Amino acid sequence: MRRLLPVNLCTFSPMSTIQTSGTEEVHPDVLLVERAKQGDVQAFEKLVRQYDRQVFRIAQHITQNREDAEDVVQDAFLKAYEKLDQFQGNSKFYTWLVRIAVNESLMRLRKRRTGRMVSIDEDVETEDGSMPRDLADWSPDPEAQYSQSEMAEILKKTIQGLPQGFRVVFVLRDVEGLSTEETAESLGLSIPAVKSRLLRARLQLRERLAKYFRKNGKNGGGK
Amino acid sequence: MTCTEFLAQLDELIDDEVTVSLRADLEEHLRECEHCEITLHTTRKTIEIYKSHEIYELPEDVRTRLEQAIMAKCRKC
Repeated sequence: MRRLLPVNLCTFSPMSTIQTSGTEEVHPDVLLVERAKQGDVQAFEKLVRQYDRQVFRIAQHITQNREDAEDVVQDAFLKAYEKLDQFQGNSKFYTWLVRIAVNESLMRLRKRRTGRMVSIDEDVETEDGSMPRDLADWSPDPEAQYSQSEMAEILKKTIQGLPQGFRVVFVLRDVEGLSTEETAESLGLSIPAVKSRLLRARLQLRERLAKYFRKNGKNGGGK
Repeated sequence: MTCTEFLAQLDELIDDEVTVSLRADLEEHLRECEHCEITLHTTRKTIEIYKSHEIYELPEDVRTRLEQAIMAKCRKC
């Protein structure tokens, strides 16, 4: 099934806004969003500075293209600004922003592929096949075997090899630190789907990194 | 517990979302199974490595340019 994530920016209920019961702490973003809604552009600028790096990283992981990722940063923040009135605070601002950024990234991919629909489900195998396991242990300090630039290349190459639907779940959960629920909300996936993809993403990455990091394995594979 | 059953709970164990009794079962399996012990340890290491390396950095000059472009458009909204 191929589908774009539905960004229904109107679905957040007005249940939890900055009115809290007194003991509950208000997230600083909520105050910034409220100020921005009232026309305080500097408040929105703070939100941009707070999250532009994360949006860029997520966009780069999805589009695999630097120029597209830069465009996504601009488009996602502009869209968020334009739709700010529709954000009611039922989810975190960051989760809402990530959802916009994921959709903008998929739109960019679609443009590059001359209009073909692009989905977060792309390349994801749905059957539960058992995976082969690399059973060799890794060196005690695998990173020490490589320079910073070699490491960056290995990590990029390895994560780029994952199916997109696994890659984006891993990035949101394990790199950007979203919860399972926030990841599900950002991607329009069910919680079981996020859990299943995360497990497969982690195991596949481990498997791919093993050829670089296994004991006595620096020249043992892949380079 | 079989290795397949252990792997099915791997994420919960890594994310510390297991009950006390399930944790005891998983740890018992780990004591007997070197392969699953290695899988657990290296999966944790995989996550740690990706967390600690920013592989797509946004250079400060590009960041400033993007922020200025965004804010200029916002002011016109």
